[in-house]
Amino acid sequence: MNRTQKYLRGFVLALGAFVFLFPFYYMVVGSLQTSPDPTVAGAFPNPGNLTLDNYADINSRINLLQGLVNSGIFAGGVILGTVVFGVLVGYALAQLQWRGRGVTFALALLVQVVPFQLLMIPLYVLIARDYGLADNYLGMILPFAINSTAVIVFRQYFLQVPKELFDAARIDGAGELKLLWSIALPLVRPALLTVVLLTFIGPWNEFLWPFLVTKDAALQPLAVSLANYLSNVASSAANPFGAILAGACVLAAPAVLIFILFQRHFVSSDIGSGVKG
Amino acid sequence: MSTVSTRKPSAGSAKLSAGGRAARRRPLLGRNPIGLLFSAPYLLFVLAVFAYPLVFAFWMSFHDYFFAAPGAQIDRAFVGLDNFREVITDPAIIRSFGNVGIFLLINVPLTVVLSLVLATALNKVVHFRTFLRVAYFVPYVTASVAVVGVWLFLFNGSGLVNQVLGPLAPSPTWLINSGWAMPIIALFVTWKQLGFFILLYLAALQNVSEELYEAASTDGAGKIRSFFSITVPGVRPATVLVLLLATVTGSNLFTEPYLLTGGGGPNGASSSPVLLMYQRGIEQGSPDTAAAIGVLLVIGVLILAYVQRKLAGGDES
Repeated sequence: MNRTQKYLRGFVLALGAFVFLFPFYYMVVGSLQTSPDPTVAGAFPNPGNLTLDNYADINSRINLLQGLVNSGIFAGGVILGTVVFGVLVGYALAQLQWRGRGVTFALALLVQVVPFQLLMIPLYVLIARDYGLADNYLGMILPFAINSTAVIVFRQYFLQVPKELFDAARIDGAGELKLLWSIALPLVRPALLTVVLLTFIGPWNEFLWPFLVTKDAALQPLAVSLANYLSNVASSAANPFGAILAGACVLAAPAVLIFILFQRHFVSSDIGSGVKG
Repeated sequence: MSTVSTRKPSAGSAKLSAGGRAARRRPLLGRNPIGLLFSAPYLLFVLAVFAYPLVFAFWMSFHDYFFAAPGAQIDRAFVGLDNFREVITDPAIIRSFGNVGIFLLINVPLTVVLSLVLATALNKVVHFRTFLRVAYFVPYVTASVAVVGVWLFLFNGSGLVNQVLGPLAPSPTWLINSGWAMPIIALFVTWKQLGFFILLYLAALQNVSEELYEAASTDGAGKIRSFFSITVPGVRPATVLVLLLATVTGSNLFTEPYLLTGGGGPNGASSSPVLLMYQRGIEQGSPDTAAAIGVLLVIGVLILAYVQRKLAGGDES
């Protein structure tokens, strides 16, 4: 490879990184400005223009802590459902012989291409109206309760566990639940972490569904309350952009931090295993 | 959201059929009927959250459906194609479909080209690999609602983008300019989703044999030539998947027009079908119309996906 091409590649990659990261940098800087400074100079922090007031301001309009707790309950419920039921079905799909296994696996694949926009209205009618689960954590969690991608990932990992291991334990008289708990689970612990991380991002960032079913501000996840602030009351704040960006930082921080800390678990082979041709 | 693994399971199903042959006289529910019990919660979930609502959506789009007090017994009259007639004669709805068309025309080619170029460059880099991977993926893991705030700040009338552009800035400014609102939304979504597609391409690139490149370079092919003759055909299955996912994500567009352009403004220039489903179905209380929009949208996506598959030639892979 010659030098020019190497520099060109480096330049393209660096430009990409700048385009991807600059808005985040700008988000943090903007959230700390006393008055919004949209000039080029404003992109560099100016000690005279720095304040934490925006965070206090947004916190007085929407309860940030309550929003974070609600987002956490929403994401936590989805993770819990996905891990508990996903492990069960993933294990059954990979290691057990039962009627309907092929159909179940096909369903898990099919479900992932069913577009949410088609389900949105009937789900709203069913969950919010018929079951009366509007303004309720359960109603928020229900449509996402078991992540089908996670089911596939679990199945993939359980397939790698040799069948002989289970057969040996079965001969020793272990029940299926015990097999799952004491042999299968410890072996697929890395999968567990990957699934938790993959599953976390969905509900934490989800806007449309919780927006539809929660009208009570005390129950809204942070994404919903911040969006409502953005579209309704932002014009009345002293520094609307500062307040919005402060809220945005609070909403983005947990997901970004978790991603950076565990980035090596977002392995491309897990996410991209579908394209190995 | 992703259609993970349609390829890998072939190994598993081979194993399955082998197992099936071994156990020829298997009982009614299979050798381990407990598997059915383990899967029961998931099957119930799929039935309740996907299968039933799917049927319900189709049913609703052919009936006169409106919200009523829970438990009230109401006769929902069958109205045939009336809801669909209402949808296709409404200029606002037609416009929203056109908007999504514009969106896809910008977003899909841009996504494919940029993610493939960046993945190819990233694949060969030695230094800063982790940093770059994280940088590209960060927008994908961040909530749309959070980054929308920054884009509003960047693209408003006196925002940084206009400050840099000076007299070149469009008037009225980006998000309230009916010609620019949709392209900006398309750019935003491209930017946000790109990391995921780069990751897909990175995985696909691992399967392109290094020997092909060596052979090509022996035959005197340059970098550009081997990119088009080896890399592009080598990752074709990934391209088919990227096309499909980008199209599905794009037609699901809701949060961006709702927040970036204040509900599809200016004057419906950036409205999307899903946004109208929300406005008509839930705000204005005609879920039957909304269901009909949804059905038409899904039919449109299916047709697009089929055409893309034909064009990208994913069949032989």
